[in-house]
Amino acid sequence: MTSFSALYDSTLGKKYIMALTGAGLFGFVVVHMLGNLQLFLGPEPLNRYAVFLKSKPGLLWGARLGLLLLVFLHILTAVQLTLRNRAARPEKYDRSKPYRASYASRTLFLGGLALFAFVVYHLMHFTVGTVDPSYLKLRDAANRHDVYRMTILGFSHPGVSAFYIACMAVLCLHLSHGVGSAFQSIGFKNKQTAVWIDRVSKILGVVVFLGNSSMPLAVLAGILR
Amino acid sequence: MNVTLRVWRQKNSKTPGRFVEYQAKNIIPDMSFLEMLDVVNEDLIARGEEPIAFDSDCREGICGKCSAVVNGVPHGGHRGTTVCQLHMRHFKDGDRIVIEPWRATAFPVIKDLVVDRSAFDRIIQASGFISVSTGQAPEANSISIPRVVAERAMDAAACIGCGACVAACKNASAMLFVAAKNAHLGLLPQGQAERYRRAFTLVKAMDEAGFGSCTNTNSCEAVCPKEISVEFIARLNRDYAVALLRGSGREAASSAD
Amino acid sequence: MKLDPKIPSGPLQQKWERYRLEMKLVNPANKRKFDVIVVGSGLAGASAAASLAELGYNVKCFCFHDSPRRAHSIAAQGGINAAKNYQNDGDSIYRLFYDTIKGGDFRAREANVYRLAQVSVNIIDQCVAQGVPFAREYGGALANRSFGGAQVSRTFYARGQTGQQLLIGAYQALQRQVGLGRCQMLPMTEMLDLVVIDGQARGIVTRNLATGEIASHAADAVVLATGGYGNVFYLSTNAKTCNVTATFRAFKRGAAFANPCYTQIHPTCIPVSGDYQSKLTLMSESLRNDGRVWVPKSKEDTRPPNQIPEADRDYYLERKYPSYGNLAPRDIASRAAKEVCDEGRGVGPGGKGVYLDFAHAIGRLGEKEIRERYGNLFEMYERITGEDGYKTPMRIYPAVHYTMGGTWVDYNLMSTLDGLFVIGEANFSDHGANRLGASALMQGLADGYFVLPNTLGNYFASSKQSKISHSHSEFRKTEDEVKARLQRLLSIRGRRTVNSFHRELGKLMWDKCGMARNEKGLSEALQRIPALRQEFWENVNVLGEGGELNQSLEHAGRLADFLEFAELLCLDALTRAESCGGHFREEFQTEDGEALRSDERFAFVSAWEYQGPDTRPVLHKEPLVYEEVKMTQRSYK
Ligand SMILES: Cc1cc2nc3c(=O)[nH]c(=O)nc-3n(C[C@H](O)[C@H](O)[C@H](O)COP(=O)(O)OP(=O)(O)OC[C@H]3O[C@@H](n4cnc5c(N)ncnc54)[C@H](O)[C@@H]3O)c2cc1C
Ligand code: HEM
Ligand code: FES
Repeated sequence: MTSFSALYDSTLGKKYIMALTGAGLFGFVVVHMLGNLQLFLGPEPLNRYAVFLKSKPGLLWGARLGLLLLVFLHILTAVQLTLRNRAARPEKYDRSKPYRASYASRTLFLGGLALFAFVVYHLMHFTVGTVDPSYLKLRDAANRHDVYRMTILGFSHPGVSAFYIACMAVLCLHLSHGVGSAFQSIGFKNKQTAVWIDRVSKILGVVVFLGNSSMPLAVLAGILR
Repeated sequence: MNVTLRVWRQKNSKTPGRFVEYQAKNIIPDMSFLEMLDVVNEDLIARGEEPIAFDSDCREGICGKCSAVVNGVPHGGHRGTTVCQLHMRHFKDGDRIVIEPWRATAFPVIKDLVVDRSAFDRIIQASGFISVSTGQAPEANSISIPRVVAERAMDAAACIGCGACVAACKNASAMLFVAAKNAHLGLLPQGQAERYRRAFTLVKAMDEAGFGSCTNTNSCEAVCPKEISVEFIARLNRDYAVALLRGSGREAASSAD
Repeated sequence: MKLDPKIPSGPLQQKWERYRLEMKLVNPANKRKFDVIVVGSGLAGASAAASLAELGYNVKCFCFHDSPRRAHSIAAQGGINAAKNYQNDGDSIYRLFYDTIKGGDFRAREANVYRLAQVSVNIIDQCVAQGVPFAREYGGALANRSFGGAQVSRTFYARGQTGQQLLIGAYQALQRQVGLGRCQMLPMTEMLDLVVIDGQARGIVTRNLATGEIASHAADAVVLATGGYGNVFYLSTNAKTCNVTATFRAFKRGAAFANPCYTQIHPTCIPVSGDYQSKLTLMSESLRNDGRVWVPKSKEDTRPPNQIPEADRDYYLERKYPSYGNLAPRDIASRAAKEVCDEGRGVGPGGKGVYLDFAHAIGRLGEKEIRERYGNLFEMYERITGEDGYKTPMRIYPAVHYTMGGTWVDYNLMSTLDGLFVIGEANFSDHGANRLGASALMQGLADGYFVLPNTLGNYFASSKQSKISHSHSEFRKTEDEVKARLQRLLSIRGRRTVNSFHRELGKLMWDKCGMARNEKGLSEALQRIPALRQEFWENVNVLGEGGELNQSLEHAGRLADFLEFAELLCLDALTRAESCGGHFREEFQTEDGEALRSDERFAFVSAWEYQGPDTRPVLHKEPLVYEEVKMTQRSYK
């Protein structure tokens, strides 16, 4: 058996894929969040940032394809592993909750599916503009696409904002287990470091939640307008 | 004291099972859990009903034969305790106790609470050993092993092969069992020659046996009667990665021996 | 029947080496052609099956457990002896040999014991190479501890789980051979009879415990490694399923059974707590290294142990045996405990217990060190009794632990039946009337790794075996007998459970043939056992069917053999009108209550030959000739 086929066929190999793609996605989530937080600096920096991103189509599409690949691999592997795991334990115990397994660790798959749904909506919302085509036509004073305005408008629907915040809670949960888990999956953990890695993992989950949720919240609270 | 038992009864692997309720009367707190079941069985036989089949042998927590999920937790959920060492003093009069077999596709039920754990043996057959035949050994003290290393190897080697880790895991994953064996042998200088090949082959056998994968929920560590640490799982993940980088798979496949 | 121990000639030190040179060998290419059945996968069976398969024999290994790793050997805690002399404390092969002979109260065969001491050193090498994580010094060298009956530190250990680690080593070696296709492993398969054709053991009849299927297996030699019979006493430190069936069936087919009355009572077990008790738990003897045994001086003293001042305590082992103190051999320590309890000075419920006190050791070494040495034993004690041994002394009492008797074997480990070899606790060979701590693991592995693989080859090379298949009529006949017996057990449908009979037999044996025996009690037992056996066959209730997992049926079959075997044990105890080692006859003791041997009359191995149902077996005597050591009155004072 070659290492390549083992990577794809074995449960451990698949977990490397999960961990590495998950880490990649996590990296994206953080960078994406930092970029978006420029919202708090006002329209100018944010819209400039948006133009900057669009000005390098090669980079942009490279990143988009890369992300797509990561998402595809992450989800494909998640589905495969989850099917395998369910087949390995078809019958549940009388008491439904597995002992000591955290809520986050038990909900990775369903939470992940929710995240996928969110990503699709998010793209339709702000990237493709399916939700409201007028968003993409907004222009600022310098005749750039007014991303700032679009965001404020998007988040001023309480229902939409609540959905975003709820999804960030799911992401928080996913990451609070996932980041630490990824370290374990690639073998980068021991008794001493485990405590810290798991702690930091939870903190990062919360940071991502707070960072991302702060935007719809600030819009709803009228701080950003 | 008196307790109510809700016990899984299943005639064999082909017949579906179901829960049956029994009253366990006049139970003494100093009894072990299995002695309580003995008493229930004596009662059942007296009434002409077939006794509950359950596994046990040493009854001192070392052979790994006893296996019952008590109130949803393999071995009953007392730190470092097998169900044969669980005592009735941990229960109260009037308690309702649910008793089930290990549940995993890789561990089919043979009868009632007895399951077939031969999948573990097959994993060990694949490469859970150091290849040294009788007579090939060098003088024992010529291999110097730092005490900490020997102790850590012993931490992993303490596994009793009971399968509680699989039973507890929501994915019925055998990672803790396999990781413990990989660490036991891979930590010792004697086990270095085959270290990566072993990791590779152990994982292959584990996957073939139909266990789930590891989501790192740590349920296994929580129920392990020998308190084996999940850090050994990280070690297996590491060794396996090195094995892939080194192409140990091809090596394992090419050496028929 | 002729008892020929086949002891090789030459000086004791050179017998084994010389003999190995003289042995005939099987050509490597021919080894494949020999089929060997190994029944049992404990230390003895697993090591033998692995080693034989490595040599190239065609091996089939059986055990009734669901996995070979669960054999009772797994439970051994304390350690394994070897004459490595790593501590430079004066140990040597000769000293281990002498300690074992003396510990066995001069009732073991000299040549076997010397060989055991010789190969002991190879065992440690082999186990270390397999990855057994023995305890180590900080410098990386192997550590040792001392054990009862020895004044040197020669015991190797892996925490309190030595048996487990050694068994896992042997199990892994065995599994490797299974994986390579050189050995076929049949777990959950119980041997229910031996098949003898033309005076040679040629196979076994088995029952698959999961499916109930009865099957025959033919071979050129059969090896029994089926462990001891301590559970004839119902309560013992043995695992629940340990039994005598394999060796007893062999006995009925013509293999003489030796010294059944040599049973060992272990001094440090957790006392019985009630009638429901299903087994007794051993606290490793190594605890006696640091724990001190005592009872109150006065039987009226009911104060809690911590409130009894030093002056009112009787450290009776230290008092009676100043040079060995708390490390006196097992039989002596057990009897001393019984004595103080019989005097009414026992502690705990029912007065059946003595204290094992660590307060001094904790004071001397600190709790941390004690925790490090014995932590898991203290935890086990607390789990079972609910008491904390660090704070209050543990309570201990003797319990049946090991059986020195077993199938009679010659120097080659072959029984009186051609082609039937018996190894490990199942044979009688090396421990005489009493086994020293940490010597059973040594013997099991010596037999399996180093002795049998040599002697079995010699047997194949020097005798003639015709090929026989399992369709031979003798197999059919034996299968039918086995089936009929199972059917009979299932059809009685009486009023008593198997367990209740076992309990009753156990109590009878413990009362009449336990730590101290006398003619009156033994004669009484010999009358009551047949009556109990008869009631069993009329009134036992075995529910369920034969064609599936049926634990009551398994137990009933094993108990049926115990019910016959118990009689043999008592008969042997009655016949041996002397006290030696684990066999203490009250009529034969010195003035201060020590065992009184009678070397003129009883310096022999008793080997019993079966004569048919309800007929008294015939006693054959193998004289014990000591060329090297002088028989002395054992003294540990
Ligand atoms: C609690 C305890 C602690 C001990 N501690 C020590 C110690 O510290 N040091 C020491 O030296 N010794 C110790 N001993 C003694 C020692 O463990 C045993 O004597 C030794 O392990 C016996 O090994 P064995 O291979 O002969 O038999 P076992 O390990 O008993 O194996 C018997 C095998 O035979 C199989 N079997 C039996 N009958 C049948 C049948 N009819 N059909 C198929 N299979 C069958 C079983 O499945 C099993 O695999 C201890 C014993 C006990 C009880
Ligand atoms: C923003 C997007 C996402 C990020 C940052 C992310 C991150 C992670 C990380 C870091 C892990 C841990 C990997 C490991 O344990 O080795 C993980 C696991 C997992 N993810 Fe995601 N993930 C995302 C989206 C998704 C999606 C869309 C799914 C779809 C189903 C999903 C399903 C899973 C599952 C099932 C696991 C657990 C695998 C296992 O251990 O069995 N994730 N994720
Ligand atoms: S019966 Fe041996 S571990 Fe429980």
